[in-house]
Amino acid sequence: MHRILSRQQLSENVYRLRVEAPLIAKARKPGQFVIVQVDTDFGERIPLTIADANPAEGSITLIFQAVGATTMNLARLQEGENIAAILGPLGKATHIEKFGRVVCVGGGIGVAPLFPIAQALKNAGNHLTVIIGARTKELVILEDEMRTIADDLVLVTDDGSYGRKALVTEPLKELCESVDRKPDLAVAIGPPIMMKFAAATTLPYNVRTMVSLNTIMVDGTGMCGGCRVTVGGETKFVCVDGPEFDGHKVDFNNMMKRLQSYKPQEDEARHTCLIDAQADRLADAQVNV
Amino acid sequence: MNHVHVTPDELKSQARATLSALEAAAQNGDALKARDRIALPQQDMPAQDPMVRSCNMFEVTYGYFEEQARVEADRCLQCKNAPCIAGCPVAIDIPGFIAKIAEGDYAGSLAIIRESSLLPSICGRVCPQEVQCQKHCTVGKSLKDQSKSVSIGRLERFVADWDAGMKGLSDLAPEDENGNALPPSAVSGLVAAAGGKIPPVKPETGKKVAVIGSGPASITVAADVRREGHAVTIFEAFHKPGGVMIYGIPEFRLPKKIVADEIHTLERMGVEIRTNFLVGRTRTLGQIMTEDGYDAAFIGAGAGLPRFLNIEGENLVGVFSANEFLTRSNLMKAYDRKRAATPLSQPKKVAVFGGGNVAMDAARTAVRIGAEEVSVVYRRTRTEMPARVEEVDHAEEEGVLFHFLRSPVRIIGDENDRVVAIETLDYELGEPDDSGRRRPVPIPGSERTMKVDTVIVSIGNDSNPLLVSTTPELEVNRRGNIVADEHGRTSMDRVFAGGDIVLGAATVILAMGEGRKAAAEINRMLSGE
Repeated sequence: MHRILSRQQLSENVYRLRVEAPLIAKARKPGQFVIVQVDTDFGERIPLTIADANPAEGSITLIFQAVGATTMNLARLQEGENIAAILGPLGKATHIEKFGRVVCVGGGIGVAPLFPIAQALKNAGNHLTVIIGARTKELVILEDEMRTIADDLVLVTDDGSYGRKALVTEPLKELCESVDRKPDLAVAIGPPIMMKFAAATTLPYNVRTMVSLNTIMVDGTGMCGGCRVTVGGETKFVCVDGPEFDGHKVDFNNMMKRLQSYKPQEDEARHTCLIDAQADRLADAQVNV
Repeated sequence: MNHVHVTPDELKSQARATLSALEAAAQNGDALKARDRIALPQQDMPAQDPMVRSCNMFEVTYGYFEEQARVEADRCLQCKNAPCIAGCPVAIDIPGFIAKIAEGDYAGSLAIIRESSLLPSICGRVCPQEVQCQKHCTVGKSLKDQSKSVSIGRLERFVADWDAGMKGLSDLAPEDENGNALPPSAVSGLVAAAGGKIPPVKPETGKKVAVIGSGPASITVAADVRREGHAVTIFEAFHKPGGVMIYGIPEFRLPKKIVADEIHTLERMGVEIRTNFLVGRTRTLGQIMTEDGYDAAFIGAGAGLPRFLNIEGENLVGVFSANEFLTRSNLMKAYDRKRAATPLSQPKKVAVFGGGNVAMDAARTAVRIGAEEVSVVYRRTRTEMPARVEEVDHAEEEGVLFHFLRSPVRIIGDENDRVVAIETLDYELGEPDDSGRRRPVPIPGSERTMKVDTVIVSIGNDSNPLLVSTTPELEVNRRGNIVADEHGRTSMDRVFAGGDIVLGAATVILAMGEGRKAAAEINRMLSGE
């Protein structure tokens, strides 16, 4: 059981939980993730990235978007309540060294797993440019945190409600084209389609680009193979070989289709969850009256 | 093959009639001669009607009725040389325990089994007896049909179930909502509630032993080491202990409460179980041994890395490893669509690649979740299938189709990367290979396609490299299995290993046997300090 020490809503569907997990807090490195289960009887196991950790306090920070049944249930847990099971840290840690100029590209919720990686890269002495992209202003997260570590920060929104009206690929391309600011490494984390186009943007400029994949998983230890992706023509398991891969080699199209494997079932489960959440709100409202 | 379903009631009354005749003969002072014993009818395993069980997850078999167990025990010739014992990986005194059943002393019978085996209710159900003890049985040899050997496994299960409180429970006659008869294990809460005695634990020694994984090898080590008074902690990566017996073997073949009962016994003995703990990630084995103060460790982490065929289309949507398909269904209970949050695909036409027990489990699970047509594609013949004969028979009774001497070449997808068909090649059997089985040879030009929407790849597991990759001190062979000597000792000081992570994918009984040896060595090492 893992007690929730604090709970914050960052945007409409995005939540930040600080959770007791002393062993994971001590062992985790940037780039790693956990498998979370809200109830261990009939609950689903879902992978979530570790956004931050405090080994002294024995806590880890999870940032997630309530988009499916399990994340919606997770979002309904309050401070002081418990998460039934957290397994981790899983996956390989990001390879951190001094590359020179590094650009970290985060889209939407992807900014959360990007933050510890950007922080570690900065601490290793790299020049750090951060590009944060979101659909609209309300969905921008961790801007302040990123500002504390970035040498440069570019903000873009799809609708132009905040920062530049652009996709992340625009400022990324400009960087790649520039003579004196061309990155030695790009790290792109966000929706699969964003990572796909970020990798396609850097490819002609030969800028090495790491992406962090979040696929369907059950165990997270290499046992089920549900997370497999094609990387450079070979099958890799995201949970043990990743989650980070060379973005220029990932078959994003196949990965995106595999992510839709359970769409009908997920839609149905989400519908049930929305009804439950409405019932909750209704109950709260009645208590307040 | 044509299967005729004989109802459990009929089997019971047949056995009762045979037993009455035997008792009458005994009262006349006619001792059974070997010839008479061989002539006794082999007792069939009572089972749920295939039409009923293919729509439920309850255990397929009932276990013997007492009358059947007595008749079957009378078939045993009590051979002086006991060839069956030589076929048992843990050398159970088989004639000994069978003689006790014939006498009606079931507690005595179980005590004999327990001298060598810790998990009779499990092994009685899942051991491949036909290639072990029953392969050597004199009765089978006399009848020139090894399938007619004394049903040693069923007798083992009978006494274990009897002890767990299922004796006579067939008479409770549990039923499903449509009034169909169900096996005694379907009575809820039965086994776990039975409790029973726990093995005596010696006074605390102050020594600590870490057991990694919680499958059959680990359960055995935990029990044997704990009995000597050492503190034992089991580290399990999943949220439920039991290993392959929980995530892999389905409920219909091994009811989960039987496994839960074994785990519960460990807890009552004082074994600590830490779930959601992945050794190699949460803590390394090195940290456990040096910083956390364990005096010894046993690695029984299993062979959890699914093999794929590396053919075109294997990453299409609708292709699963058997591990994934079974874990979703068993561990995550996804077959219970109303309550489980974990989704499971809803297959219509399924191809299962492979011929082992796991392939049978996957195929039969697919049948139970409503697939219309399930085909097993296997590149050798029925004779070479590694699956237990009973599982193959059961699968066939439940409507699973078998395509022997056929092997997949590629998996074909549509524009959405969803599986629509497989292409296969026909094979013939050539010269024997290393395993002694005749090597399948492809027949050129025999390509054919078969329409399916789901493919389950079940061609075995390799050793999961996660623990080894974070423990440089551990020596592994070229297959990635941990190298251990006959006492389970690895290249790392005070660290032992056993089960599938040493053997490659094997069986519950072999894992248990290895666990026994390693536990004895751990106990010997710790007692000398």
